[in-house]
Amino acid sequence: MRGITVIELVREVRRSYALVERNFNLIKRYIGWEIVFLVYTVVNTLTIAFIGVNPAGGGGGGGDRVLYLVVGALLWGFLSVLFHEVAESVQWERWEGTIEYSFMAPMKRLSYLGGVCLYAATYGAVRTVVVMLAVVSLFKLDLGSANLGAAFVVLLLSSLSFIGVGLMAAVLPLLAPEKGSQAAHILEAAILLVSGVYYEVDVLPAWLQPLSRLSPATYTLRAARAALLRNASVRDIGSDLALLLAIGVVLIPLGLKVFNWGELHAMRTGKLKRSG
Amino acid sequence: MQEIALECIGARKVFYIRKETRPKVKPSSEWYTSPGEGGTGGQDIAQPGAGTVEPDAHAGAGEGEREPGTGVGNGCAGVRCDGNGGLDIHSACNGGPDSHASRGTGTNGRHRGRLAVSRVVATLFPKSVKVEAVSGVTFSVKRGEIFGILGPNGSGKSTLIRLISTLLLPDEGEIRVFGHDVVRERFAVRRLINRVSVEAAFFKKLSAMENLSYAARLYDVDIRWARERAIDILKRLGFSESKAYEPLEDLSRGMQQKVAVARALLTSPVLLLLDEPTTGLDPVSKREVQDFVLEVRGSHDTTVILTTHDMQEADRLCDRVAIIDQGRFVALDTPARLKAGLAKNGETVTLEDVFFTLTGKALEESRLDEGDYSD
Ligand SMILES: Nc1ncnc2c1ncn2[C@@H]1O[C@H](COP(=O)(O)OP(=O)(O)OP(=O)(O)O)[C@@H](O)[C@H]1O
Ligand SMILES: [Mg+2]
Repeated sequence: MRGITVIELVREVRRSYALVERNFNLIKRYIGWEIVFLVYTVVNTLTIAFIGVNPAGGGGGGGDRVLYLVVGALLWGFLSVLFHEVAESVQWERWEGTIEYSFMAPMKRLSYLGGVCLYAATYGAVRTVVVMLAVVSLFKLDLGSANLGAAFVVLLLSSLSFIGVGLMAAVLPLLAPEKGSQAAHILEAAILLVSGVYYEVDVLPAWLQPLSRLSPATYTLRAARAALLRNASVRDIGSDLALLLAIGVVLIPLGLKVFNWGELHAMRTGKLKRSG
Repeated sequence: MQEIALECIGARKVFYIRKETRPKVKPSSEWYTSPGEGGTGGQDIAQPGAGTVEPDAHAGAGEGEREPGTGVGNGCAGVRCDGNGGLDIHSACNGGPDSHASRGTGTNGRHRGRLAVSRVVATLFPKSVKVEAVSGVTFSVKRGEIFGILGPNGSGKSTLIRLISTLLLPDEGEIRVFGHDVVRERFAVRRLINRVSVEAAFFKKLSAMENLSYAARLYDVDIRWARERAIDILKRLGFSESKAYEPLEDLSRGMQQKVAVARALLTSPVLLLLDEPTTGLDPVSKREVQDFVLEVRGSHDTTVILTTHDMQEADRLCDRVAIIDQGRFVALDTPARLKAGLAKNGETVTLEDVFFTLTGKALEESRLDEGDYSD
């Protein structure tokens, strides 16, 4: 890419704010649904936490088990929101018919997608905090051996890799307008299954286990649990963090490339338009 | 700034539309016939020539896949999908030599005049149909000019506008906006243009102001200035300020279209692409938009490319008019000269007459014949 000046950079950042503002405006207009989804997520997380308390089913119930499951539910909640928002941004705009206008603006695609990611991360974080407050108010979580700083680093690095995966998925609706977003959902479900969100990946059948190594969520969960349940330091979980960083560093530029390629494909075949 | 706002040299755009063509279908064992009960024609897509019927397990005509057909079915085949890939055909072909196939089913001339009922399974053969939407168009537009493009539905107007607005890549030819190539210098072109499409494309749950703020921010226009200017433009177009804060889905189509005009002007484009900006507006609103276009050209030296189905509008606004038919320009001149070219012994000729003559189509007919493609 050709060098851009600081002024241009500032303008690009300002442009990406368009996406953040627009999406928060949309939340206001769909507030009913927002509440429904939030309530659902809170209840869902609490349900999962109660599984941890339940002494039946072996292993006894207890603090660690609750925390183990809650960490899974919260992280998955955050990462899946991130993935969804990024992956479905294009689909939504295509549906509304605004995509031609957004893509016609003199704005780098990086800024557009950056805006989407910024919004997704903010929105995901707010939701996660609300769910976390609900959990904390009902369960006595023992954070005595939790390294919150290390957990935060995990969150940061895993966001990068999930944004990368999201970018790859975002392009799907440009390639196959009607089927792209279905494919994104399947991808998400597969990640949920193999990443050990609520269980250790070694309980999976042997043939599934190699897949778990491909998912950044696997490393996220493993590292986050080490930090929150066993007081692991950043150095202790260094190899997982390095992997997450590497996945992010590879997937984000790759995702952008794929996205640009998908956009060109859509411009060649006329897939940006919906009607008119 | 250059004197030539737009140069289009041999632009060509081809689309490949996937169409499921009529399959080969063969009757299964239990064909029986009964006295005809004149089919009413379902969602027929007219396709000449009948196929034979062949069983095949991979049928895929699920209900959900249907597109509204555009056929003119002469009561030939009413076809119902049974949901699991098989097709029940109730056909009573008493029409002409052509059979009509609905979304991948065929009826056979052999059964003409009686009702044949059968369970058949059919394969749909997706086939790419080539549509040459714009084929070798060459013209140039001077700065400050209002250039009209007239043409029947599906003649390629919107495609041409999209090529200029960097939303489609041309297959051949070159298009330059103030010297910048629309493919290689997309970014530079995007700074100079904006567009109004026939469909007011907005986030319909958001208000006009929210949508306009979004647009302004994408172009990095100062947001306070943009909000004031938006209100000014909207008022100028006869749009009351109080409506600017209601969700757009609650506004009429005409009002949404005015918001679309405001969105395009908010970014002060030097080349304004208007794709049927007044379609759906009442006569007063139409006037307001037209006057505004003239005003913008006058005060900001904006160049305008305008497509329209309204001949009077073209006559009133455009310095020059091109008539496009099946992707080709069939005429290009000032409205006065186009009319003069047709006038014989002093009779008055309208632009509409010119249009009919050159496109060989009655306007009503061309409106009916759905050229639009939506997926
Ligand atoms: N994105 C697309 N994908 C496939 N085919 C397309 C696409 N856009 C246009 N076409 C086809 O190209 C042809 C020209 O369409 P276009 O929309 O440019 O016509 P138009 O002159 O604007 O018509 P109208 O007056 O109805 O708006 C049509 O046959 C249309 O079906
Ligand atoms: Mg059109």
